[in-house]
Amino acid sequence: MLTLMLKRLAMTIPSLIGVVIVTFLLTRALPGDPAAYFAGPAASPEAIEQIRASLGLDQPLPVQFVHYVIDLAHGDLGSSLTTGQPVAAEIAARLPASAELTLLGLIVSMAIAVPLGILAATRPGSAIDHACRIVTTAGVSLPVFFTGLILVYVFYYLLGWAPAPLGRLGIFDSPPPTITGFYLIDSLLTGDGTTFMASLKQLALPAITLGLFALAPIARMTRASMLAVLSSDFVRTARACGLASYTVVVTYAFRNAMLPVITTLGMVFSFLLGANVLVEKVFAWPGIGSFAVEALIASDFAPVQGFVLTMAVLYVALNLAIDMLYGLIDPRTRMDA
Amino acid sequence: MTAAPALLVEDLSVAFRTRGGVVQALEHVSFAVQKGETLAIVGESGSGKSVTAYAVMGILDPAGRVTAGRAMLGGLDLLAASADQVAAVRGREIAMIFQNPRTALNPIRTVGKQIADVLLRHANVPRREAPGRAVDLLRAVGITDPARRADAYPFEMSGGMCQRVMIAIALAARPSVLIADEPTTGLDVTTQAVIMDLIGDLARDIGMATIFITHDLALAAQRADRIVVMHAGHVVETAPTAELFARPRHPYTAELIAATPDAAANLSELASIPGALPDLRRSDLPPCRYAERCPRRQTDCDVALPAAPAIPEHVVACWNPLS
Ligand SMILES: Nc1ncnc2c1ncn2[C@@H]1O[C@H](COP(=O)(O)OP(=O)(O)OP(=O)(O)O)[C@@H](O)[C@H]1O
Ligand code: SF4
Ligand SMILES: [Mg+2]
Repeated sequence: MLTLMLKRLAMTIPSLIGVVIVTFLLTRALPGDPAAYFAGPAASPEAIEQIRASLGLDQPLPVQFVHYVIDLAHGDLGSSLTTGQPVAAEIAARLPASAELTLLGLIVSMAIAVPLGILAATRPGSAIDHACRIVTTAGVSLPVFFTGLILVYVFYYLLGWAPAPLGRLGIFDSPPPTITGFYLIDSLLTGDGTTFMASLKQLALPAITLGLFALAPIARMTRASMLAVLSSDFVRTARACGLASYTVVVTYAFRNAMLPVITTLGMVFSFLLGANVLVEKVFAWPGIGSFAVEALIASDFAPVQGFVLTMAVLYVALNLAIDMLYGLIDPRTRMDA
Repeated sequence: MTAAPALLVEDLSVAFRTRGGVVQALEHVSFAVQKGETLAIVGESGSGKSVTAYAVMGILDPAGRVTAGRAMLGGLDLLAASADQVAAVRGREIAMIFQNPRTALNPIRTVGKQIADVLLRHANVPRREAPGRAVDLLRAVGITDPARRADAYPFEMSGGMCQRVMIAIALAARPSVLIADEPTTGLDVTTQAVIMDLIGDLARDIGMATIFITHDLALAAQRADRIVVMHAGHVVETAPTAELFARPRHPYTAELIAATPDAAANLSELASIPGALPDLRRSDLPPCRYAERCPRRQTDCDVALPAAPAIPEHVVACWNPLS
């Protein structure tokens, strides 16, 4: 198992190299001239050239790339042109906010979608099957900012159940001491119930927004793969052996049905990363999505580069984790590695 | 044949609802199998052998409905009993093994655990002892190094080994009736013989009735005490093996035997009987479903067939049988 994990880890290296190259090229291909933007509208052409030289942007691309990789190796993602802050520090400060939101969104959608898909598959044609079908179609056709705004309108503006959508905590709350950067976990670790509740309240609407977004693909996949497994030969065998229906559905069918669902999670997660950017805007969430949008509008390439790089690394890491999980459940993949 | 049969199936009819119409898959199927006896069910592909077995086991897929009949296992009618009652005897009193042993086993559960699941459910084995008993069962079906094999997954085993495991699972609770649905299809010839011998030996040990489903008439002739011939969802003839071969009475049986030159029988030769099975979705199926292929058809064949009860020695469902 350990050697397998190391092998899988080694296999991510080419993807990471690819990611570094692509992020570099992508940000150079962005429209807008960072030097001109940085110099301001009144600057003379000479001043712009000077700034270009000081940013290293007058060098040929391969040279720029080498500098970029060397900086990267030192954990230096450059500095924002607009704020002057180092990008790495900024991302490190904002990443937990995004990660907490995204993971909670994923948990919310799994918690609803998986049972829904299973019940729909075990009772085809029933009310819950129809409910599942409606949810999966509606979830696909609702854009995430729309769900977000509707939720804010209903639960904050009309009902007043949710706090104002103004970030991770209300203005009078103070954040818990940073341990993991996840407010929920940190407040629990320090036994601070008030902050825990406050941050949970803030998280609820955006996490539900993301959860609803990811609900449809997970529920659809769970239902489909559960249906396929329930009509498979080995479930027929389990029934013919008179095993209790709980054993048949959970031990035999469910564990097998989860394999394709786990594979879908990688894709769902990449959807969520994209949706995150919009949700963070709607809920004024101080995450890396809103950070990247601002930088993009300002042609501020270092933060954009840092953002894309972080996302890509996260994505590779998540897929690695999914691979491992898959290997834990399915003995066949453990062998042919 | 005076004792109550181990399994008695009477007047079993099954229909499937499909998009293309209702498939009358089985009609008035009757047969009985005695304790210790091996009964073969033979017939072309699509004649309803598997559907018969699934209906008796209560594992038809949801589109299928038993529309008539009873299946008496001891005193219990499997077709009228509640789902819980049936689940309680399934695997304990009546068990089944399938073709394609590799897909019939759970791919992500060790074979030892799969056997233990059945032991825990039916054999009153304490949880602690189940793994050990599973190893014993693997040894009993002739698997070498059973303790190590118990921790293997089906994909790590050959088809023949998987079928041995399937047999161990089916016989874990020492049932009184075993249904083996083409248990050797897809295995090589040597393994086929070994598996059939194994089923025969274990059946003798337990005193179990065996229903052996096959489309290989020669194999049925070697292994079975009696043979049930099915065609298009009907039982057309039932007789002791020697009697059936010596004096086939139904024209279809006669064709089958003629098409089976002794041991060289196989699927392609069975299929060489003229004509094809009628489409079972038709609403104008003739009372005798062989009529459109039958060389002996007469006008009086077109009324409902005589009843073919389960018990007598030699039964034929035909108005104009060979004598
Ligand atoms: N799920 C189903 N839906 C509709 N029709 C079905 C279904 N299962 C079986 N049938 C019909 O029942 C008939 C008998 O099928 P069955 O599988 O019992 O044949 P068989 O004798 O076991 O053949 P084989 O030798 O190929 O296994 C077939 O004509 C088929 O059309
Ligand atoms: S009943 Fe008539 S048609 Fe049918 S098998 Fe007998 S002789 Fe042929
Ligand atoms: Mg079959």
